[in-house]
Amino acid sequence: MTKEEILDILQQIKDPEIPNLSVIELGMIRDVELSAPNAVIVRFTPTYSGCPATTLIKMEILQRLKEAGVEHIEIVEQLSPPWTTESFSPQALEKLRQAGIAPPHPHHKRGEDPPALGIPCPYCESTDTKLLSAFGTTACKALYQCTTCGQPFDYFKCH
Amino acid sequence: MSRTFDTSSPTTTSTDEAKIHYLFQLADNALIMGQRLCEWTGVAPELEIDLALCNIALDHLGQANAWYEYLVEIYPQATDVDQLAFCRDEHQYYNITLVELPNGDFAQTIAKMALFSIFNYYLHDALRQCSDARIAAIAARSYKEIQYHRRYASNWLLRLGDGTDISHERMQKALDIVWDHAFEAFTPSPADHIMHQQGIAPDLEQIKALWEDEVHQLLHKATLSIPDTGFTGYRAKSDGVHTEHMGYLLAEMQYMQRRYPNLQW
Repeated sequence: MTKEEILDILQQIKDPEIPNLSVIELGMIRDVELSAPNAVIVRFTPTYSGCPATTLIKMEILQRLKEAGVEHIEIVEQLSPPWTTESFSPQALEKLRQAGIAPPHPHHKRGEDPPALGIPCPYCESTDTKLLSAFGTTACKALYQCTTCGQPFDYFKCH
Repeated sequence: MSRTFDTSSPTTTSTDEAKIHYLFQLADNALIMGQRLCEWTGVAPELEIDLALCNIALDHLGQANAWYEYLVEIYPQATDVDQLAFCRDEHQYYNITLVELPNGDFAQTIAKMALFSIFNYYLHDALRQCSDARIAAIAARSYKEIQYHRRYASNWLLRLGDGTDISHERMQKALDIVWDHAFEAFTPSPADHIMHQQGIAPDLEQIKALWEDEVHQLLHKATLSIPDTGFTGYRAKSDGVHTEHMGYLLAEMQYMQRRYPNLQW
């Protein structure tokens, strides 16, 4: 099995809370090493400390690689440097938008509260929007509402 | 696998013991803070507050998990994370008493969260640059989350303090209740002292100066007065001597593991 094949399998594993983005696109896979034929080390970086999806994602990595015939799988948790939304690819940002989640905004400084106004609505692209809560459906998101189309939406916070 | 927790026969040297005690301080602060915030689930004043408090609780539980995972690796008496979180007795927890105080009304929860998260913010800012790579890595990730906790609590404290007569009065009363307990954070335990000498933990006097500066400014802006400091001799962090609230908290938190040992979800 080659490294590319392993990456192809990991590309199939989605975040259960953002179902159209893979763990690779989210920047949770730092590296994949073939330590021996049929033995794989996956360097995995969890997102938020309390993210409940972490355990599920790890189980799925083990299961998918096992099904593909990998005998020895080691998932090494790599905490440093910490995970950040800055590693999102342009494709990943577009996919977030398609899922109805406003992607991290360049005017939002990391570590600051999400802006009170102006995050573009992922449904109608209006910037006439307002922050409802800095904490949304999950720790990584804030809750906004679009004044133009009325739709409430999630915003993926810069982290 | 033993589910009881015995600390009667330490096999480690004193520096190792200090590090273990220090990690328990960090882990237990996060665990007990998280457990208390979870009590708001479903009963917070507004849906948005409910979501925020649950998310903040989850951050704390995740942080506690990361510290306990490190402890499981370096502490011979530890078997797994659940044993550390749920199978110790009261005197074996080393959180500061501030985090175990009851939630009270929303103002009291905000008072606790503001005083704690401002301390936590400066502590983790220092730890993320410390010489122990694992502590630094966990602190760096936690620091990002604590920034949100600190701002959330500060914003509410400001709004309630500088709000209506009633909200002002309740915010002041809440501060008066929890105030003394915050100072336990700055009284060095033997572990704080040794870890500082080892170049890992920061000087708590410096953290206290940063904390006082920020808290005093915040209270001033919120038109609240700084409470008089009364008793500051709490010893939960150093000796496991808790307030009367801790036993009830543990009885609820530990129920499942005590009733069904080795239970797994």
